[in-house]
Amino acid sequence: MYRYDEFDHDLVRERVAEFTDQVARRLSGELTEDQFKPLRLMNGVYLQLHAYMLRIAIPYGTLSSRQMRRLAHLARTYDRDYGHFTTRQNLQFHWTKLAEVPKMLAELAEVEMHCIQTSGNCIRNVTADHFAGASADEIADPRPYAEILRQWSSLHPEFSLLPRKFKLAVIGAPKDRAAIQVHDIGLEVKRNEAGELGFAVWVGGGQGRTPMIAKKVRDFLPEADLIAYMEAILRIYNQQGRRDNKFKARIKILVHEMGEEEIKSAIEREFAAIDKSNLQLPRDAVERIERYFAPPAFDTRFNGAPAFERARETDKEFASFVARNVHPHKMPGYAIVTVSLKPIGGTPGDMTSAQMDAVADITEQYSFDEVRVSHEQNLVLPHVKLEDLPAVYARLHAADLATANYGLVTDIICCPGLDYCSLANARSIPIAQRLSERFADPVRQSDIGDLKIKISGCINACGHHHVGHIGILGVDRKGEEFYQITLGGSGDETCSIGEIVGKGFSSEGVIDAVETIVDTYLKLRESPREDFLTAYRRVGEAPFQEALYAHAA
Amino acid sequence: MPIFKGHSFIDNEWTLVGDDAPMPPGNAVVSKARFTAERNALAARNAPLGLILRSGETLDGLEDDLKRFSLIVLDIPKYTDGRAYSTARLLRERYEYLGELRASGDVLRDQIMFLHRVGFNSFDVTHEGTIAALRDGKIRLVRKHYQPAAREDEESAPEPRPWLRVSPRGVPGDALDMGIDGGGI
Repeated sequence: MYRYDEFDHDLVRERVAEFTDQVARRLSGELTEDQFKPLRLMNGVYLQLHAYMLRIAIPYGTLSSRQMRRLAHLARTYDRDYGHFTTRQNLQFHWTKLAEVPKMLAELAEVEMHCIQTSGNCIRNVTADHFAGASADEIADPRPYAEILRQWSSLHPEFSLLPRKFKLAVIGAPKDRAAIQVHDIGLEVKRNEAGELGFAVWVGGGQGRTPMIAKKVRDFLPEADLIAYMEAILRIYNQQGRRDNKFKARIKILVHEMGEEEIKSAIEREFAAIDKSNLQLPRDAVERIERYFAPPAFDTRFNGAPAFERARETDKEFASFVARNVHPHKMPGYAIVTVSLKPIGGTPGDMTSAQMDAVADITEQYSFDEVRVSHEQNLVLPHVKLEDLPAVYARLHAADLATANYGLVTDIICCPGLDYCSLANARSIPIAQRLSERFADPVRQSDIGDLKIKISGCINACGHHHVGHIGILGVDRKGEEFYQITLGGSGDETCSIGEIVGKGFSSEGVIDAVETIVDTYLKLRESPREDFLTAYRRVGEAPFQEALYAHAA
Repeated sequence: MPIFKGHSFIDNEWTLVGDDAPMPPGNAVVSKARFTAERNALAARNAPLGLILRSGETLDGLEDDLKRFSLIVLDIPKYTDGRAYSTARLLRERYEYLGELRASGDVLRDQIMFLHRVGFNSFDVTHEGTIAALRDGKIRLVRKHYQPAAREDEESAPEPRPWLRVSPRGVPGDALDMGIDGGGI
């Protein structure tokens, strides 16, 4: 993991001092709420429906046990004993008091954490593949680049007052687990024919009210040019992005309006003109960052895992946990474990302080002191020995964290919605909870197979509904909550935006509608191996529309 | 309105001239439109010339003229408008403009360091709180940076990461007595 040196510590301490001063000015009345707003937003403090919300940056979703314990401590001390993991791999506390925020920031700074740029019209927390450094299909670890980008973008003097927020994601494998094609900039680490490291670069993807899939603007950008190229893209966006209409201000609109060829040549022109002398990324500097992410000291003498095999044969629940939540690791004898934060009937992404402490203990003892937050609002233990899996499972089970539903119909992504968020038009959490209860039967879930449901409580699409296999969008229709369904979206390397299937449903009707869609899929699939998305792409919307609306016509 | 430059407020020695107004004697600031239309006549004038760019106006078409200006003013109509920050860096880094670069408009005190780092060296600020903070030297600044900008002449580059920069003491509005460098929180 990355570790702060004195420089990093000083920078964050200076920033906490600056924000402490700003909070004091707000509390004394020197600053109005209006004047304070841009300052608090730069530090991750939102004013929500009931209280201030603090959003903590978890760069590329990576945490140590010490950091996880500190989050548990903050939940207990300053909030209502729980926190909420988000689709940006961050953590939100929804019930904070403004006067206590400086203390929280100081406590975070002690464990090398902060809230810088978790909101505001700046470059947001950089996300990455949550299987980084562990998955077998990796070309190179994306985290060193994500860390370099985190540093470069932090308090950037030119790019902190952009037309709108700006999100970067980095992957290091051909399999896209970070949804890079729906980001403002998506980067895929790859090697060219000469074996040199570099990036494929996508620009202009995004969700919100105008979902767009990013355009690939470079097939191979040499590693050394990463920062200069990012500056070229950001400068064009800062100067030419629309500022007249908040809803047309993201770079995806600029890319769309300029067209693919024009934006490409504009970026290349600016990149050619930039003085790169102080922006080059030397290999030795990258290597210095890479060392922080060196593989842990794996036990290389793998010779079978008898306790694991025995447990899998004798414990059915453990076996189904392994089948769903355990993924292949690049190192023989190890596995990647998903810790589902989607218990049946629960709030997706929520975690109590006791659960955080439990995961911190497991992380420390069984996963080389590393745990990840996934953009699908789950946690990931990246490096667990197969032979330790029964013990890890038992510990997770004791903490109510052993739900074996990764990637299944109840592994739902969901924004906080109208229960918390002042932007929302409709509640999303109760929909997720009722869907989860409707499909609770593990046999039925397993029969349905891979299916991603994603729910947003408004058009801003924080719940990523556009890339849900089944997407649900809450809207307000004359004071009543209404839900629109989209089908066929996907955030992976085959990225697609879901299509609206027809008119919306009431909060009662939407649960039945999803069940109708699932039952329709079960009837039309060619075999149990044809998952929902594949089947949808084969048959299109028609059979689903027919099932949903035919009897109403 | 007095201008903040260096460490204090000084009188504004420049007159902003409307597009249709007669050119006054002495220091005069004109718009891009007027400069473009009257390029030769303005060049023949025997007094310092300044340029003001409204937000959204670019340097396009002015590249060869920038060295004629003793002052370039970039208008910031609202503190959330970041376009001038890019223009400033282009002026300093790409076109090697060495004259006075003034940020004019709605600037919050918390933006002074950003403005300084992209190359501004004078401030014509409308925000009362910012004016007071500048006058009283009460601005808390983050002095350590994760990226080079337009202050390579004065910022140091500590080892080992090549992108790190540290501002010296004494940038505009600096709260010199707060001891932030000593971890004063």
